[in-house]
Order: sequence, then C-alpha cells, then structure tokens
Amino acid sequence: MAVIPLERKPLSFAERTYLPAIASGLKTTLKHLFAPNITMEYPEQRPAIPPGYRGVPTLVKDPHGREKCVSCQLCEFVCPPKAIRITPGEIPADAPERAHVEKGPQAFDIDMLRCIYCGLCQEVCPEEAIFLQNQYSMTGYTREEMVNHKDRLYELGGTLPDEHFKWDKKLDAEKHGNAH
Amino acid sequence: MADFYFNLPLWFRLLVQGFAVIMVVFPIAGFCSLAERKVSAWIQGRPGPNRALPVFIAWVPVLGPFLQRLGIFHFMADGGKMLFKEDSLPGHVNKFYFILAPIVAMMPALTTVTTVPFGAYLDAAGQVIPLGLARVDIGLLAVFAVSSLGVYSLILAGWASNSKYPFLGGVRASAQLISYELAMTLSVVPVFLWINSPGMPGTMSLARAVEFQSLPGFFGGAWFIFIMPVAALIFLVSLFAETNRHPFDMAEGEADLVGGFHTEYGAFKWGLFFVAEYAHMLIGSGVFTLLFLGGWNPLPWVTLAQFAALLHVAQLPLVVGLLSIGIFLGKVIALIFFFMWVRWTVPRFRYDQVMKLGWQKLLPLAIANLIAYAIGIAVIQK
Repeated sequence: MAVIPLERKPLSFAERTYLPAIASGLKTTLKHLFAPNITMEYPEQRPAIPPGYRGVPTLVKDPHGREKCVSCQLCEFVCPPKAIRITPGEIPADAPERAHVEKGPQAFDIDMLRCIYCGLCQEVCPEEAIFLQNQYSMTGYTREEMVNHKDRLYELGGTLPDEHFKWDKKLDAEKHGNAH
Repeated sequence: MADFYFNLPLWFRLLVQGFAVIMVVFPIAGFCSLAERKVSAWIQGRPGPNRALPVFIAWVPVLGPFLQRLGIFHFMADGGKMLFKEDSLPGHVNKFYFILAPIVAMMPALTTVTTVPFGAYLDAAGQVIPLGLARVDIGLLAVFAVSSLGVYSLILAGWASNSKYPFLGGVRASAQLISYELAMTLSVVPVFLWINSPGMPGTMSLARAVEFQSLPGFFGGAWFIFIMPVAALIFLVSLFAETNRHPFDMAEGEADLVGGFHTEYGAFKWGLFFVAEYAHMLIGSGVFTLLFLGGWNPLPWVTLAQFAALLHVAQLPLVVGLLSIGIFLGKVIALIFFFMWVRWTVPRFRYDQVMKLGWQKLLPLAIANLIAYAIGIAVIQK
C-alpha cells in the first residue's frame, strides 16, 4: 500500500486560542441538552424481548393442560452447573389415559443460583417440555427463594403450542395394533 | 418597618444578617448541586434524578408529578442523606486539621457574600441605591482577599488527610489557585481604571462598576463585556480555574487522583466542601455579573431606573428591589448554567497545560490588556 505523506499544517491563531473549538463544542452539547432522552426508565418501561431470548428455564404444559415432562432426566445429566434436580415419579392413578407415559416428575427443582442460562436443557429435552423463556429478572432474599420448584416452574412456563402430541399418537397406534 | 429594623441593637442585626446569608447561600448552593446533576443528565441524554417525592406533594394532582420529574425533592433527599449518614473519621488523619478544613472552606465562601451587592432600589430622589449586606468601599478587594483564603481549606484537607492522593490534590489546588489569581486580578484592573476618573475619590466598589454601566449614551450604557471583551474572557477563564471547575478541576481529577483533596472525606464534611465550591461559583458569577454583565440592569443600554419607569413601579422601592434582585440572580444562574454546560463540553486539561495556560498565556495577555487599556483610558480621560 502506498504511503501518503500527510502535510501537518501549523495551527492557525484562532485554533491555538481553543475558542472556536470550544464554541463548536458548546453548540454540540447544547444540541444534546434539548435532544430527547435515550434512557429506558426500567421498572416502568420494559425492554422488548427479542425472539430466541434465553431467560429463566421453565416447564411448559401442552395445549390440553397436560404435563409434558416424562422425567427422563436428560436435562439433569446435561446441565453443566448441575442446577437441575429431578425426582422421578409415577403417573398418578387417576389419569388412566396417560398411563402409557409411565413416568412424570415427582419433584423438579432448578437452582437459579447455579443456572448459567446456557439452554442445553431445552436443547436436549426429547419432550419439548423445558424452555428458556422471556423472564430475565430473578430475585430473592434467601437461597431457598432462588430455587424454582415444580409448581413455580409450571407457573412461569404456562402453556406453549404443540405440533406433535407425541403421546396421543402413541396411544392411537397402540390401539390400532401397530405399536410404532 | 425599616425604622424598626435599624433601631434594633447592632449585634442583633448582624446576627440576623449572618443567618440570612447562611439561609440563602446554603440552599442556593445545595440547589446548584441538584442543577448540576440535572443539567449533566440532560446533556448526556438521561432524565436525571426524578424519583424523590414527599407524601404531601404526591397528593397534588399535576404539580406533584411535574416537580417529581424535575427532581426538585432530591435536593432535600441529598441534604438529608449528607446530614444523617455516618460521619466517619479515618484513623490515620490529623483530626484537628481534618475537621477544621471544611469549616475553613465555608468561612470565606460565606464571608465574601456580604461584600457583593445583589440588587438595588430607587430612593425618593430617583437615585439608585445598591443593596448589600456590608457596603464596604473596598468591594472587589475584599472579595479577592477573602475568597482566596478558600485555598487554605484545600491545602489543609489534603495535608491533614495524611494520604498520598489527597496531598497531591491539595498541592495542585494551591499551585493552580495562586497561578490564576494573578491573571484574574490583573484582568479587572482596566475596569477600575475606567471607573476611577482622575480627581474623584477612588473606589473599588462593585456597585460603582454597575453604576458606570448604567450611564446614558452609547459607551455609558454598554456593559463592560462589550468594552473590555478580553478582560472579561480572562476573568471568566480564571474564574473556572479559581473555583476548581472543569476543565480546570485538577484538585479532584478522579482519573489520576482518586478523589483529590476530599478522598478521605465523607458525609457532611464532604458536603461542606461542595457547598463551599458552589458558593464560590455563585460569588464568582455574581462578581462577573456586576463587573461585566451590567449587574442589575436588565439589558445593555436599558438601566434598572428606565426599566422600572417602563413598568410604572419606580415609586415602589420594595418592588424595584425585588425586581433588581431577580434580574441579578437570573444572570448569576445563567452563568452557573454556563459553568455546568462547559463542564460537559471541554475535557480536563493536563496539569502542565493548566500551568502553561495560566503563566504563559493568560498572565501576559492580562498584562498586555492592562497596558493597552491604561493607554487608551489615559487618552480618553485626559
């Protein structure tokens, strides 16, 4: 690349007094004085969450309000900081149409003091039961409060649309004699 | 009512006047700190402090939220915080001088206020009588003499803190203030050469300077900033340096000196330093207004007497007095705003640049300006 020698002109008298530069600087700051604020006043105004945001991990239910998690514990195994702890349980006897699912979580705890919001649990979940959603503000006064238990996880997660209804299909297939 | 007041014993009147100074300067200086936060915020595109709201104001429908957005009550919140937080005293300081320093900072700041006239009224004969707490003929000399004592507080604070950075801050402050004092004093000499005609009793009174800016005629009515722009510029720049404001705040340059001379201070002692700094700014702006911006005259070539006649209030001394105080304070506040505006415009000078500007630029310029005006005034007033 060619070297272009730059001629450094000596400063003129006006430039050496600083005054024109200060005057133009004052003009700039005055413009900013009247410009609208760019601050978001946080608790009242909330930022728009972009799609794909990885917030607090939550458990979701399917559109019929049924629990999706089958407590396979893949998320517990993949979780790098070991924030997830699942106690597997049986499907309750009062839901015979779900007996073929075989398992559901008896307890599901996510320790938010350990969670690093990596999203591996969502990625690994074969049931699309755990999602990192929009909630970004997680606070508490005690360590206990910072552990999300199962009911809290479902409360945070709510219901997400489901395209597969995997266990319904399985039940159908079983009834028609071609079990998968 | 005036007769009643002047019949009171002298010590009582002095006490009242002293309290009046404290009750006026303290809140205004405190208010400047709020204005500083707010102006800084606006220039940086932030809303600034806008949360504090006392319960009894919250009930007022439109005004309450408006004042809250304006952050007026943060002034009280800040003051209350300063007053009630723990006033810690580090173990390694020289306790006597450490506590003395903020007091020494406040004293010159509050003393100089008394010598600055802040308004005027018209007596029955139509004469403009200046308002001030102490009508001393040495006016400006008293301001310079007492306000430069303020630097001792910085030196004391820096030294008594017994710690490296505060000490450096104190040293810088003293060197800087001494350097700029010279240029500042020399820059106002032309003004007093101009207003002290030969054969008249000499005066250093600030009110006299305003009187000279209220004369009839083109040159009589012109403010001294038009007649002596270079002197005004030197005075203003020195004022920034004297009050330790940006871009000359070497004494507290937090990038290189942590917090400068007040690093070891906290709570109310720290607050006193800042009230003193703002009081110095107020007095400096007041002196600049009186010397170069026509004091209580509303506009160049429009005197207070003409303005009062225009509004048909010339016969009411109280109204004219309040009007003049309003005009004077308005100019002072505009100057204070200018201080804050410059703060966010000009980056801080390096220390050697500060010294170079003071000794090699402003001082020779002030001397040249003085000689030029001395010759000019000698020719005109011969």
